[in-house]
Amino acid sequence: MSSLLNTARPPVFCPGCTHEQIVIALDRALQQLPGAGDKTVIVSDIGCSGLFDVFFHTHAFHGLHGRALTYALGLKMARPELHVIVTMGDGGLGIGGAHIQSACRKNADLTLLVLNNFNFGMTGGQHSATTPSEAATTSGFLNSLESPLDICRLAEAAGAPFVLRCSGLEKGLVDNLIKAIDYDGFAVVDIWGVCPGRYTRKNKFGPGEIREKLEALPVYTGAIKENERQEYGQNYRQKAASLPEPPPLLVVDKKYNPPQWQKEQILILGSAGQRIVTAGELLCLAAMSGGLMVTQKNDYDITVLKGPSVSEIIVWPGEVGYTGIDAADVVVVISDEGVRRRRGAFAAMSDQALIIAAADATLPESPAEVIKVDFKAWKIAGRDRALAALAVLAVSNRVINIPMLKTAIAKRFPEGLAEQALELVSSVMAGMGERSAE
Amino acid sequence: MNLSLMEGNEAVVRGALYAGCNFFAGYPITPATSVLSKMLELLPPKGGVCLQGEDEIGSMGYCLGASMAGCKAMTATSGPGVSLYSEQLSFAVGSEIPLVIVNVQRLGPSTGSATKGADGDIQFMRWGNSGGLPLIVLAPVDVADCYTLTIQAFNLAERFRTPVFVASNKEIGLTRESIDLSNIDTPGVEERKGYIGHESDYLPFRADAPDQAPPFVAVGESILVRQTSSTHGENGYITTDPEEIAAQRQRIKDKLELNIGSYSYFDYLAVEGSDTLILTYGVTARAARQVVVEESGEKASLLVLKTLWPVPEELILEKAADFAKIVVLEMNLGQYVYEIRRIMKDKQVVFFGQMNGALITPDQIREVLANV
Repeated sequence: MSSLLNTARPPVFCPGCTHEQIVIALDRALQQLPGAGDKTVIVSDIGCSGLFDVFFHTHAFHGLHGRALTYALGLKMARPELHVIVTMGDGGLGIGGAHIQSACRKNADLTLLVLNNFNFGMTGGQHSATTPSEAATTSGFLNSLESPLDICRLAEAAGAPFVLRCSGLEKGLVDNLIKAIDYDGFAVVDIWGVCPGRYTRKNKFGPGEIREKLEALPVYTGAIKENERQEYGQNYRQKAASLPEPPPLLVVDKKYNPPQWQKEQILILGSAGQRIVTAGELLCLAAMSGGLMVTQKNDYDITVLKGPSVSEIIVWPGEVGYTGIDAADVVVVISDEGVRRRRGAFAAMSDQALIIAAADATLPESPAEVIKVDFKAWKIAGRDRALAALAVLAVSNRVINIPMLKTAIAKRFPEGLAEQALELVSSVMAGMGERSAE
Repeated sequence: MNLSLMEGNEAVVRGALYAGCNFFAGYPITPATSVLSKMLELLPPKGGVCLQGEDEIGSMGYCLGASMAGCKAMTATSGPGVSLYSEQLSFAVGSEIPLVIVNVQRLGPSTGSATKGADGDIQFMRWGNSGGLPLIVLAPVDVADCYTLTIQAFNLAERFRTPVFVASNKEIGLTRESIDLSNIDTPGVEERKGYIGHESDYLPFRADAPDQAPPFVAVGESILVRQTSSTHGENGYITTDPEEIAAQRQRIKDKLELNIGSYSYFDYLAVEGSDTLILTYGVTARAARQVVVEESGEKASLLVLKTLWPVPEELILEKAADFAKIVVLEMNLGQYVYEIRRIMKDKQVVFFGQMNGALITPDQIREVLANV
């Protein structure tokens, strides 16, 4: 294949900049790889490395500082057949730290060329993540306070299966780039170079110094055996293809006439872990089986298995308007914690309203009728009490009836769980029967 | 009736899939997380890509790359995530990358209250990107809107090559509602306009008209595509020519603002004999509708805006023409009311808002009306 260089837009780097030699080497590497320019996209970061996309007749994607790897993954996942080559400086490496780590851990087939010249060239020579502590930069003494980052060690630790460190000024760069681009996985190439415009004006740093320093560092020549594994996209597609079809959308037909054909506002007050939200959902499904429209909004803290849990349900013969509750028609009390969250709701109830409450709950003053349920005596566990209270509601023929509740349970729970729930309802019905006999 | 019980976030996901969304990336954040989890359940088995980013910046970046490769992409977050989206958002605006962003708003500022609702990002969504060029913000009222407006959001993103926000709220996204999806009037599905012409004539940012988006070629097709966040001319290369820069910037503004008439979504409820118009959006519209329908003494008509940005000025002026008084209700301390006052200097504009994690109630609205 012939050169992919864009002759209309030749490189514009400072004389002596290693970036220019990398441009030439990358072109030579691409010439030896299968796939023409339209199967290659160069994703360039910010700074002098951010100019790379302009110099090539390939697809080009240039975005924000440090984010090049994020676009690259999106492109690769959408079009797995593309060679995706990212050019990034040591600046992008620092600001995009989270993305580098993520790319190493994911192992998508991307090639990251780190054009490492140890400072922010374009903005005037400030220190970067890789600047040696002793270097002279325009950041004053600040780089002397920090340790430079070894990108190769970071990439290895984060799981990159291919890490290669080399000088951009030595022979062998073309072969190294071919190896990296050809690698089926995330390949990181740490290419050391000089920045004649900024860094080497104040620091003695030429090909010899680079060679010397590289020799003193751990050697990275490509594949890292213990990190080698399946490529991310292939792995994704394989796992996704074996996923089961998601269950169909749960649909509830109108099967029953509800006990009342009117707006009802129901408040379920309990604690996290008491399945308050699930009880609210069951109540909704039961009401829907009576052709009623519903809304359910829940209130809980960010904590899990701790704190109050409140479910507000509105049942309406037409479309529900405001989804909050102004005066509850039914309040179900499972725990005092829930009561404390909605203390004001009790006084706002009318004398036609109903409270179904755990026997040990402390209730604020309210004109509503109260049914106390001794869950402990009925040996009903905390997590089943909200459902048991719904059974009490259904036996009382308020909002829903027993067939509606049973339909909701059968719809909502898989077999086994549904049977357990139905048994619970039956035991509540029996308990309620006993109570009325007393 | 085939009723299903569904929260707004799920309806957003189902609307997105209806519209052809085949790429999603998001980062978990209450109250938007269930968009990610529902997508993960529904999208991969259909052959789509659903990713969890390393952060919100990563999620947006994945979407931008995928969108430029031809996917219909969506992401979802809440206020703190929108903050992190900002730099990528300005990229999508300025470089005309189609994208749908769901913002399930929660009570701010900052991390605020993860499980409390608000409409606190209304100006932020519009202005929270560098450069200040417009984008589109649609505001659902309920679960049905989450479904249809998400479809519209994809259509608009495709038509105008722009990011489109679906401005949801915890009180919509996490509120479950009975809904008959089979009975919803759904819009048709639009695709971005492709390039027809010779390869040698293709310029990635040349539009067919000064109020349109450029025809699209995906990265990876045989015509080479240039995409860049730098100030570019029609050819996608950096330009310093003031005329060329101005023309590109003006076109990005005009393609949205001059075509607003084609996507000014709203509900209007006229009440005979009323001299007050309630103007609101989002979940607050539910309480307002209840007040207007129940006619509890105070008479008012209701305009519910579902396109918030660009401001549908013609629509608002037309609907408000016969009213002396305008009452603006918002779940914040006054944001969109600035736009209403800006375009209706001759009318009495009364504002009522609150920012306490609670919904504005029908009684509060009645009280406002009684005092107007």
